Amino acid sequence: MSDHAHRVEPLVLVALGGFAGATCRYLVDLAAPVGFPWGTLAVNVVGSFLLGVLLYESRLVGALSAETRLVVGTGFLSSFTTYSTFAVETAALGPTLAVVNVAANYALGLLAVLAGRLLARVVA
Amino acid sequence: MPAVDPVLFVGLGGTAGALARHLVGERIERGTRDTLLVNVVGSFLLGLLTALAVPEVALLALGTGFCGAFTTFSTFAFETTRLVEERDLRGAALNAGLNLGGGLAAVALGALLAGLL
Repeated sequence: MSDHAHRVEPLVLVALGGFAGATCRYLVDLAAPVGFPWGTLAVNVVGSFLLGVLLYESRLVGALSAETRLVVGTGFLSSFTTYSTFAVETAALGPTLAVVNVAANYALGLLAVLAGRLLARVVA
Repeated sequence: MPAVDPVLFVGLGGTAGALARHLVGERIERGTRDTLLVNVVGSFLLGLLTALAVPEVALLALGTGFCGAFTTFSTFAFETTRLVEERDLRGAALNAGLNLGGGLAAVALGALLAGLL
């Protein structure tokens, strides 16, 4: 019985986080200016920063529970950010803007993880 | 647009996408292969959906919701950064290149298939 509960619970956490993450991404996209995929860039950079904070906090301090990592990391942040929308939007841009979009998402996304790690270190 | 809030369609699709990603086996910090898999498969599906003339509700639920949540940029960015941190620059560049090349090729393949349907 309890085995069953342990198997179900992670899925519930991932589902709840996934619902909230996708919904928030959509709302950010609605609010973003048109003409360039600003909304996707914003969620990808902010989500990468927060995942950096979460995972380095887990590694350095470990105050957050495995449940928190599942609902926030695997559920919310992984659904809040998106690779498929980034790929489709890049393919739809002209050559110059496509390169700008890839460079911006990649450079800012990786820097955001490092910034998240820095914050986790300062807090730790 | 139906009476139901479009946000609900995105949320329900996102729930399914996150669960599917989890069930495929993608786990943060387990390795980059599963993240590459969901990103390429999800990009193919979104490329297909975008090129097909599907109703807006379906695009919201399956595209923005499911494909958007099934694929992930944050995990990709974290795993690539970790490779850089481990001084595996070759691995980091390979991971970045495979996700980008695979994702864009998958979008093109999806659009191509939509044209044939």
